[in-house]
Amino acid sequence: MVELRLPKNSRIKVGKEWPKPNSSGNIKKFKVYRWNPDTGDNPRMDTYYLDVDDCGPMVLDAIIKIKNEIDPTLTFRRSCREGICGSCAMNIDGENTLACIKGMDDIKGDIRIYPLPHMEVVKDLVPDLTHFYAQHASVMPWLSTETQEPGTEWKQSPEDRKKLDGLYECVMCACCSTSCPSYWWNGDRYLGPAALLHAYRWIIDSRDEGTGKRLDELEDPFRLYRCHTILNCSKTCPKGLNPAKAIAEVKKMMVERTI
Amino acid sequence: MGFQTNFRKVEGLGSSKEGTHHWWLQRLSAIALIPLALLFVYTFLPTLGTGYDTFIATYSSLGNAIIAILFLIVGFFHLRLGMQVVIEDYVHAKFWKVLLIVSNTLFCWGFMIVGVIAIARIAFGIVG
Repeated sequence: MVELRLPKNSRIKVGKEWPKPNSSGNIKKFKVYRWNPDTGDNPRMDTYYLDVDDCGPMVLDAIIKIKNEIDPTLTFRRSCREGICGSCAMNIDGENTLACIKGMDDIKGDIRIYPLPHMEVVKDLVPDLTHFYAQHASVMPWLSTETQEPGTEWKQSPEDRKKLDGLYECVMCACCSTSCPSYWWNGDRYLGPAALLHAYRWIIDSRDEGTGKRLDELEDPFRLYRCHTILNCSKTCPKGLNPAKAIAEVKKMMVERTI
Repeated sequence: MGFQTNFRKVEGLGSSKEGTHHWWLQRLSAIALIPLALLFVYTFLPTLGTGYDTFIATYSSLGNAIIAILFLIVGFFHLRLGMQVVIEDYVHAKFWKVLLIVSNTLFCWGFMIVGVIAIARIAFGIVG
């Protein structure tokens, strides 16, 4: 059944308040979710203060600065710092996004940072994405063909290539899937917006010959039809993609092949 | 749990290769209910508070009876589909899930049939 309260050991406590910097600049307050699997303590919200005039403009710049200069134990994923690797996905100011492309200017008041919602936490801001990645693998995210492979390349017209725009850009940051209530309640069986967007990316690819097989694999009350067009996925996508539309197109194809 | 691979956990029991019919019929019945619900309310409202005789007179009219019967059939059909989705969303304990889905199905079919028979009796002049 749905649990309306967090389990006892997941309830968030007030954490440590770190000292303010000695500067007269623009001081911002950061409230950051902390959890350490080694101590057995409940998660807590630590408070940090930064002079944002002396810091890069993005939230990622701020948490890197916190890690470098205030608290080296703060744990998070990051790599490219320009919105292409999808590593630094987290819940900032109540919305799942990439810390590296979320400007601190866009946030009024204190900056609250949590890990992606409803995922098991590995440590601090690092969620366990194992199941999410396995779901992606399950939609066969590669070209599936029967025809003898051509000597040069599989040809595709510019018009057909255009159909992949808005799909291929997905960086698998998991912002969409972890913003979806249906994924929260049924994430074990519902594939979630990210995996379904990838499934559609291959279904719509003019070079792919596994369309029927792909639709067969998706047709399931849980894998596909847990999507109730809540649209959190499209609202939150830091890359501006529209997973809800991709899912709707898959549903349309499901009907189309029966009539 | 055990040594299952991540892929095995996603695979589960495999795709059930159904759900499209359920989804499509839910949309169609929803669309059908827009005119049916309006027509039903339009014909039913005037009978409220007017007593037994007016009610019998209203549903002795074949048109009113057909509207009411169609509304009951499509309405309970749509209710069954919708409630099942809600149960699947929120109830994860297998026993309760099966029990609730079966009860929901029986409840909706039961009340649909009872309602249709009741109105048909009036329409055919068996009562009143």
